[in-house]
Amino acid sequence: MAEGPRLKVPTQAKKGEIVEIKTLILHVMESGQRKDEKGKPIPRKIINKFTCTFNGKPVFSADMEPAVAANPYFQFFAKVEESGTFKFSWTDDDGTVTTAERKIAVSG
Amino acid sequence: MGNLSRRETLVLGASGAALVVMWKPAHAGPPEAAAAIAKFTGGKTAQAGKIAIDLPEVAENGSIVPLAVSVAAPMAADDYVSEVLVIAEHNPFPEVVKFNFTPLSGKAEVATRIRLAATQNVTVLAKTSKGAFFTAQKMVKVTVGGCGG
Repeated sequence: MAEGPRLKVPTQAKKGEIVEIKTLILHVMESGQRKDEKGKPIPRKIINKFTCTFNGKPVFSADMEPAVAANPYFQFFAKVEESGTFKFSWTDDDGTVTTAERKIAVSG
Repeated sequence: MGNLSRRETLVLGASGAALVVMWKPAHAGPPEAAAAIAKFTGGKTAQAGKIAIDLPEVAENGSIVPLAVSVAAPMAADDYVSEVLVIAEHNPFPEVVKFNFTPLSGKAEVATRIRLAATQNVTVLAKTSKGAFFTAQKMVKVTVGGCGG
């Protein structure tokens, strides 16, 4: 299960500035390689896609495999030319999508 | 460390055994890694360079290895780094993650944390919107790996 996305996104920036974004979501990222105490394989269940858009346009995304560590963390950048909203999404193998948003005021 | 009491030894042994049971994958190898790379480049040759890979020389815990990648290439509307692929040649599956960038990324830079099953080369490939490919590699020694050493 995915829980509590944690985001670090600036609330303001100057036009044309490249801002840093940090994202974290709590998720076991069950790789499918582990076995339980009885030796039975634990099925894979990971977040396989992360996306970030700004005012509806794609900024950055990640196609994730089981080798992304638990509690997937991404630090990346976005160039902002106008005020608006970042939208983030995390998609689980089971189809569940977790989303979050952050607004930024861009001046100049 | 000194002499361990019998209880301490038992606890250590049990947790060691649990670690081994937890993550004991079969390993892929260079052929699987090469196939994944060829799929990404469409068979085109990737030029060495332009990619800075930040990975520890020694990863104490293969379950969580910090990785940062930076591609020194433009991010203009008509010429930008569009994809970056990370390959771990001895993981159960070589593909670790593929990052997709756009001109709105501003920089083709990303940091994350990955799992490495054992000591191995990590290869990073970058693709540009003009269809050029770049590559770089870094060797990581993994102390407690995926595979219990």
